[in-house]
Amino acid sequence: METVAFYSLTFLAVASALVVILQRKPVVSALALAFNLVCIAGFYLLLQAQFMALLQVIVYAGAIMVLILFVVMLLNLGDESTERPSRPIQRWLGGLLTAALALVFGFSVSAVVGAPLPDNAAPFGTAAALGQELFGRFFYPFEVISLLLLVAMIGAVLLAKRRL
Amino acid sequence: MLDWFSTDLGFQIGTTFAKVLIVVNSLLGVVAVMTWIERRVSGVIQFRWGPNRVGPLGLFQPVADGIKFLMKEDIVPSDAYRPIFILAPAMAMVPALCAFAVIPIGPTIELFGRAVPLVIIDIDGGILFALAAASLGVYGIVSAGWSSNSKYSLMGGLRASAQMVSYELGLALSLIGVILISGSLRPTEIVAQQAGGFWHWNVFPWFTGGWQTLGFLLFVIAGFAETNRLPFDMPEAESELVAGYHTEYSSMKFSMFFMAEYVNMLTSAALAVTLFLGGYHTGLPWLDSALGQGWALWTVQILAFMAKVGCFMFFFVWVRWTLPRFRYDQLMNLGWKSLFPLALANLLVTGVLVAFDLVHQG
Repeated sequence: METVAFYSLTFLAVASALVVILQRKPVVSALALAFNLVCIAGFYLLLQAQFMALLQVIVYAGAIMVLILFVVMLLNLGDESTERPSRPIQRWLGGLLTAALALVFGFSVSAVVGAPLPDNAAPFGTAAALGQELFGRFFYPFEVISLLLLVAMIGAVLLAKRRL
Repeated sequence: MLDWFSTDLGFQIGTTFAKVLIVVNSLLGVVAVMTWIERRVSGVIQFRWGPNRVGPLGLFQPVADGIKFLMKEDIVPSDAYRPIFILAPAMAMVPALCAFAVIPIGPTIELFGRAVPLVIIDIDGGILFALAAASLGVYGIVSAGWSSNSKYSLMGGLRASAQMVSYELGLALSLIGVILISGSLRPTEIVAQQAGGFWHWNVFPWFTGGWQTLGFLLFVIAGFAETNRLPFDMPEAESELVAGYHTEYSSMKFSMFFMAEYVNMLTSAALAVTLFLGGYHTGLPWLDSALGQGWALWTVQILAFMAKVGCFMFFFVWVRWTLPRFRYDQLMNLGWKSLFPLALANLLVTGVLVAFDLVHQG
């Protein structure tokens, strides 16, 4: 049952990721990315991390992707194929970087293949467990990050207001 | 077949399937009745008749409308982007139906000697599930607006995405007060904590209640914006945008957007009832004790839930035909400059009350 769910989720996630990069219409790419994020929430569910899965859908698929879609639609980006063709140097660099990325992924995947899976006896993904971790062990990093986000928010408002 | 049904897993799958079937069909049935109620009530409010010709009191009007929608020509504009244009109504409809799955429509009943909770999925993060489904609903509207390739549709889609992202914040924050006082994200548990008399309901501002009067008001206002109802129906403001994101849609595809809006209304009404108004509890302890335990009580509790949601739906209709539409910038200002700070203030006050243990006493 879980294996079937895992493989069908994997298929959907990889397929939607391919649509993201192969589709020439930016809006369709954005929609496919949103679908991909929902698929990843499905993986969290398979790992018994309900809370993480729901947050993944609410924050990434429900809020961030809607904003990205909003910007794409507002700019009304046209078909990518009408743009000028890419230069040769771009292709070479792109190929090189892709190869480097593939190497990094290959190493990190080969490091964990065959490693024992952590048991799900202590569910990490529930709201209560996550709260305990955040406000217990990781209290100071958590507060520092919230301060950082506040600074970023104030900075964004300041930059936007200057131009108004 | 019966042997299989008597196993635990078989029983669970069977009852879940039955629950899904009943809930989805009653939702769509209520939507049909609501279209009639909406037009009749608007008639009363505006001092005119409304549909009163088809059947007694015009009650068969929804059937006639359904036949009309099925018979109409299904037009896809030649400039539309077909795959997304066809997919969009489903993208609006599916999340709307999903969100209702976490709402307890009745108590845990006993069937063939086993306990059956009257909620489709009873998970730890139920409220978050409803919020997640609501936040995915915007994709249907946005992609309808974009794929129609018409400027009115695009404007409607843009407005929808901006409005829904803004109001989701206020909606979620107004719910956190309830989550704080109940210490749980599970709707069934939040309802259980409001058992007994109506003075235990979360909406009431005293020590046996939950002090969430402000949270309730904010939730209702944000709910109007989230379901795109007047006075916040910017995405389909007909005086400016023809019909907004569904301008280019006809036949059953248009009808699906229409149904999605009504299902969303039902979901936010049911959520408000569950979280603030005691869910399926009658709120009258002497009535509960007179009915005893068993089918009499269960039936009355399910009816109580339906009555509360019904009153709420009437309120939705009443507001729609009473208030004029907001301007778009007023809508954004209300969301960010009034709703959001008030929700934060509500959160602060609730936090203090919870810290001193002043909620749900007695």
